[in-house]
Amino acid sequence: MSASESPGNIPVRRFDTLVVGAGGAGLRAALELSRAEASTAVLSKVFPTRSHTVAAQGGINAALGNVADDRWIWHMYDTIKGSDYLADQDAVEYMCRAARRLVVELEHEGVPFSRTEEGYVYQRPFGGQSREFGGDQAARTCAAADRTGHAILHTLYQQNVRAGTYFFDEYLALDLIRDDEGCVLGAVAMAMATGELVIIQAKATLIATGGAGRVYRTSTNAHINTGDGLGLVLRAGLPAQDMEFFQFHPTGIAGHGLLITEGARGEGGYLVNANGERFMERYAPHARDLASRDVVSRAMVTEVREGRGCGPDGDHVLLRLDHLGEALISQRLPGIRESARRFAKVDPVVAPIPVFPTSHYTMGGIPTNRFGEVVVGPDGADHDEAVPGLYAIGECACVSVHGANRLGGNSLLDIVVFGRAAGNRIQDFLARNRYHRPLPEGAAEATRARLAELEAPPAAGSGGESPGRLRRELQTLMETHFGVFREPESMAAGIERLEELGERIRAMDMGDRGAVFNTARVEALELQNLYQVGLAAAHSARARTESRGAHVRRDHPERDDAHWLKHSLYYLDHHRLAYKPVRMQPLTVDAFPPKERVY
Amino acid sequence: MRLRIYRYDPEHDREPYLQDFELAPPGPMLLDVLEGLKEEVDPTLTFRRSCREGVCGSDGMNINGRNGLACITPVEELREPVTLRPLPGQPVVKDLVVDLTRFYEQYRSVQPYLQNDEPRPEHERLQSPAERAELDGLYECILCACCSTACPSYWWNPDRFLGPAALLQAYRFINDSRDTAEGERLDQLDDAFKLFRCRTIMNCAEVCPKGLNPTAAIGEIKKALFKRQT
Repeated sequence: MSASESPGNIPVRRFDTLVVGAGGAGLRAALELSRAEASTAVLSKVFPTRSHTVAAQGGINAALGNVADDRWIWHMYDTIKGSDYLADQDAVEYMCRAARRLVVELEHEGVPFSRTEEGYVYQRPFGGQSREFGGDQAARTCAAADRTGHAILHTLYQQNVRAGTYFFDEYLALDLIRDDEGCVLGAVAMAMATGELVIIQAKATLIATGGAGRVYRTSTNAHINTGDGLGLVLRAGLPAQDMEFFQFHPTGIAGHGLLITEGARGEGGYLVNANGERFMERYAPHARDLASRDVVSRAMVTEVREGRGCGPDGDHVLLRLDHLGEALISQRLPGIRESARRFAKVDPVVAPIPVFPTSHYTMGGIPTNRFGEVVVGPDGADHDEAVPGLYAIGECACVSVHGANRLGGNSLLDIVVFGRAAGNRIQDFLARNRYHRPLPEGAAEATRARLAELEAPPAAGSGGESPGRLRRELQTLMETHFGVFREPESMAAGIERLEELGERIRAMDMGDRGAVFNTARVEALELQNLYQVGLAAAHSARARTESRGAHVRRDHPERDDAHWLKHSLYYLDHHRLAYKPVRMQPLTVDAFPPKERVY
Repeated sequence: MRLRIYRYDPEHDREPYLQDFELAPPGPMLLDVLEGLKEEVDPTLTFRRSCREGVCGSDGMNINGRNGLACITPVEELREPVTLRPLPGQPVVKDLVVDLTRFYEQYRSVQPYLQNDEPRPEHERLQSPAERAELDGLYECILCACCSTACPSYWWNPDRFLGPAALLQAYRFINDSRDTAEGERLDQLDDAFKLFRCRTIMNCAEVCPKGLNPTAAIGEIKKALFKRQT
């Protein structure tokens, strides 16, 4: 690989495809491309196996029917119902049809799935799953104990090693490069070890940077989940879709936010309030503890608000597993037993785990179609026009298969299904675009200016604040004003506070101006991304005057399909919002029209 | 609480040194303390971290003389001053951040991927629960490098002994009923240094934050090699 220099004296590296992010989505796409002998570079701000896919616990959905009879179309129905009808039905059909193939393929690649007695992949029940369109509970979630994400991420990294994928480990992507015709030509990135900039030029650029759950204070997400890909896209003038929809996972360890898998309830665990009551029976008489996550989280918050919370401060509920027995817990849920003992100081074999909803998943993201192409269009026109050379997949993208509320077990599926789809689509693109387009003059100038602003010492007496303190303030603000339940006055106040916080972020003092492995600089750059995510979520939420999935307003408690069965598009410029229709037409089957959503 | 932390910034320091800090722990784990120090006391303090729950393997460091993950080390159990150093024997990039390039190369050298030369069936390959149980204690490795950098044999022969982490991964595939490359894997490891430098000191098993036992896995590889010779 030869490095040449751009006019700006920044070294240029050239690949067919640049994949930004080395979680399951990026690695699955890279595998497809490397095996097709396209030169593929994966850039990641952490060593690949440290990406947040590693923390996924419960499993990956596919209607294999290994434990109970199942059909992909039941999975499709559950996903659309779970999304509160905001998912695009063509993409959902594609994902649910592809699920079997992709999970079998993961097994062939080496994922150490748990097994049934007959030797097939073990499957457990998960929330929002049913047979025959809302009937009995399904068991659709393929699991490797409660470490499924770890098993999948390591396997995908391992197979990329075998396939010869090139890795830029510990590089942070700072900005996309676009030419006058709007084609995306790669990205400007920074090597964390040296602080040096590099241009990675590519015919196709795929963003797979994961979610932005760290925009909230209490989160299951890793520190690295700062919405970097959303920042890349928003700064390039492109929109972010459906950002008002953030998932709060019902069972974070109270006070810590650490994830206790939904698989704990799938294996038979249940929630109780201070009276020892299985309160989910009142909120979801049929599915009870395995209702959709938005439903369970709202029920828990309601129990606490109405004074039935547990603990001295009445601020959480309890997850009981003690009736399941040590053998089952050690075999099926060993990881969460370890976490509960360590962080909640309880052994779930004998005592309940204190839990409370915690920020978990970014349903919104970079608008794409089911091929992973980033799609935008002028207002009032077709929004399905692809941005040439730009792709996005996984949690940073919004296909949308999750709509207003994602089902457990569908995120690991999303990343492999659309990772493969994008890998295939990029191969078509590469066949039609055989040569690199010239880099525009000054391709890295905007990035350099942004960095220079950060480097500048704060003006005398201005007292620039640290990225860490400002990040905490952003997280607390978002939790206060844009949490599980939303109110118009509070959201308006939240947006005002965001504006004020923005000024202080512009004046922040990162406190370390060294070149070598400067994590203060990385945190400052991450905070810029996270702040833009916060803006997108806040403005999109305030505008949507209905309740749907994870977005619940006290002043508009009902879903309003007449006005709001549509996707939000947020642009950084003047916080402009636009809307586009939900794709209600599946690929081959009849549409699932919106109806009342009960569990 | 009181801490003594290894500091080294190659742009400013000729030599590394230990710096004393004092801070009321902002949370129960050592990582909470490091985050607090960085946010409130010294923004230049440098360490890696991500998941903060012991699954990503980013924040391996030497804590009071013992390798471990800061995010799952409760501060209340630590003797003060808590002395923090980078993982031993690795080139230091800055403060608690070490260069793990060689560690990763050794991992990649053991062909850490499933190999199966039989045609792929239309469904998953079958594996009994008992066969799958053979992978428990092997597949959970998070590549934090706590084990290899705690191993005296690895300190002495870091370029020739593969170290416990890479060998644990080698055995994870040797022991997978679905893998058909056992012979080649054993051929590759049958080497006085790569494998046989393990002297069963067992520091690796002692420090592994996931409770895995690389020494036992290495013993199984040795056994498989002996069995093959007889």
